[in-house]
Amino acid sequence: MSQDFAKSFPLKPARVHEASGPGNATLAAICAAGVQGPVLWIRDAWRPESINPLGLNAFFDPSRLLVAQVKDQIEGLAVAEEALRDSAVPLVIQEISEPLSLIQGRRLQLSAKAGKSTGLCLISEGMGSNAAESRWHCAPLFDPFSEPADSTLQRWELIKNKSGTLRSWHVRWDTASRRLHLVSPAGE
Amino acid sequence: MFDGIQRRVVSIWFPRLASDRVLRMRPIEGPFALTHTLGNTNRIYCLNSAAEHLGLSRGMPFSDARAFCPDLQSRPADPRDDLRFQHALRRWAVRYCPWVGLEDEDGLVLDITGTAHLFGGEAELLMDMRQRLSRAGIGARIGLGDSRGAAWALARHGEGSAPIGGALDALKGLPVAALRLEEKTATALGRLGLRSIGDLANAARAPLTRRFGPSLLMRLDQALGYQPEQITPLKDPPHYGVRMTLPEPIGISSDVLAGTERLLVQLCAKLKARETGARILCLTLRRVDQDSQQVELRLARPMREAARILPLFERGISDVDAGYGIDQMRLEAVQVEPMPVQQLSHVSTGSKDRLDDLITRIGTRIGLENVQRFLPADSHIPERSFLIAPAAYSMPERSWVNIRPRPLHIFPPNPLLGAPETPIPPKHFRWRRMSLATARSTGPERIAPEWWLEEDSWRSGVRDYWVIETRQGRRLWLFYTPQNPGWFVQGEFA
Repeated sequence: MSQDFAKSFPLKPARVHEASGPGNATLAAICAAGVQGPVLWIRDAWRPESINPLGLNAFFDPSRLLVAQVKDQIEGLAVAEEALRDSAVPLVIQEISEPLSLIQGRRLQLSAKAGKSTGLCLISEGMGSNAAESRWHCAPLFDPFSEPADSTLQRWELIKNKSGTLRSWHVRWDTASRRLHLVSPAGE
Repeated sequence: MFDGIQRRVVSIWFPRLASDRVLRMRPIEGPFALTHTLGNTNRIYCLNSAAEHLGLSRGMPFSDARAFCPDLQSRPADPRDDLRFQHALRRWAVRYCPWVGLEDEDGLVLDITGTAHLFGGEAELLMDMRQRLSRAGIGARIGLGDSRGAAWALARHGEGSAPIGGALDALKGLPVAALRLEEKTATALGRLGLRSIGDLANAARAPLTRRFGPSLLMRLDQALGYQPEQITPLKDPPHYGVRMTLPEPIGISSDVLAGTERLLVQLCAKLKARETGARILCLTLRRVDQDSQQVELRLARPMREAARILPLFERGISDVDAGYGIDQMRLEAVQVEPMPVQQLSHVSTGSKDRLDDLITRIGTRIGLENVQRFLPADSHIPERSFLIAPAAYSMPERSWVNIRPRPLHIFPPNPLLGAPETPIPPKHFRWRRMSLATARSTGPERIAPEWWLEEDSWRSGVRDYWVIETRQGRRLWLFYTPQNPGWFVQGEFA
């Protein structure tokens, strides 16, 4: 099981991936913990909620994070393309608010390939583009045996994979050792 | 006997500098005044001659002035612009001699020793000065003397010029206030019967020094030329601009880029010589039809390497409309910052430079202030526990500490409608159209508002924060306000 997981995660570099579901920001934070160097997070300026760097501190050092506040998605895509192509930033996370067209998704893939950076689009259900390398669905689960200081137990489901099979895993981020643990699903 | 060249000094006084400056921009017929607020009263700061003839004066309350003169027009005063105007006049005065300094906040002082003959003599020089100033609409009084003090006295009190060596004769009849004395000293001298400079010069020196200190006679000696006094010319600020005029207009963006490269090399050499780096660059492209287009580049860090700056210009230049062609290019570093030469080391800074270039490129698209980073802040209030700073103007700080787990996302508090107004967390609640059931709750963690800072959202008093784990999986950050019973959701944990 863990071998399967290791094939799909960490995300394949120099490609653009997608994550949906209520826990997708956690997946983004775990990806950021797995890379060295600065991380760019592109978000729409109109969103009322904000990222809390103290919450990110459980995953990685927030001083590595750069946030780009963009006016709309077109601007966001332009920034993402620029950053992916540049290769100064190994991971570019973008929050998507409108469905991506195939052309837009493909352009992101090409720039990720050119700059050898990984892209991650945080999408709502059904907004992804066919060009994505893989698409994950992240749902939080209630775990009766967890400690309150732990992070949320999550069910990560691979719902699209261009180079492998689809599966799902239960994972939990260990805040003390800063590692991702695979958890066997609890019996009902 | 060799006695050298006699020093000659011109002092120019602008009695209505501030109002002349505003009236030059927008001429107004009739009485006009500039006002400023002093001690809760709107007072007259400067006024034109028409208003002076009507009996208005400086320092008078503006409402009184309006009562005397209902058709008085006014504008707010701007002393900083006046200072800038004075500096501009100083730069203009360099046409007469290289040695020009500022005098108080409404005058100039010029050392014209050995330059008067270039204008045909002293009288012609003063005439030229007067004509140019009056054509520009600036009222001025000009005094000429052997020393700075004599010129000052003649400019402020009865405009005129003292012949070489004749300072005492020219100043004899002027009041003692013309010696740049404090008002108190001038009044006290008047009480002693020493009203004019001639009286003072004839009086015994020792008792005067005992009574008024050495400064009085120092001023007298300075005016009469017995004691030297310096004029401090201002240094011209360094100019970071280069330009290029082309014999034939160009229109292809690669040509414009090649021209920009040449300008950049020149500009960067200037920057390097002064150990500064450009922060904002402005490229002005003048077209054949006299129209001009500007490309502005804001850099994430002060820079002076032409090879690195040039690619950052590409995007701006590609947007320029060349029209019938561009025949003049001008590149200016609008804002520069000190950038000392640094020791080369074996540790590569390449990736840092690349990141800065990326921030610049993203910044030209979305605005440099929209690329941000988080900085830690010292507060328990969730919204204040971090700062958001533009990445281009801050350095990353690595001192993030959280004692308790904090949510990944925080949002403005959403009230939980229908939740019971008790301190015990609700068993069931609806949030964002989802029906959620509490499986486990951890808390409370009490956070008190910071009374020393005004914050509207914290008016409801202290908050008891709870980590609520729902059966549906989401872990939420709720708080209860005991002083103002109610439940709110403020964040979601990762």
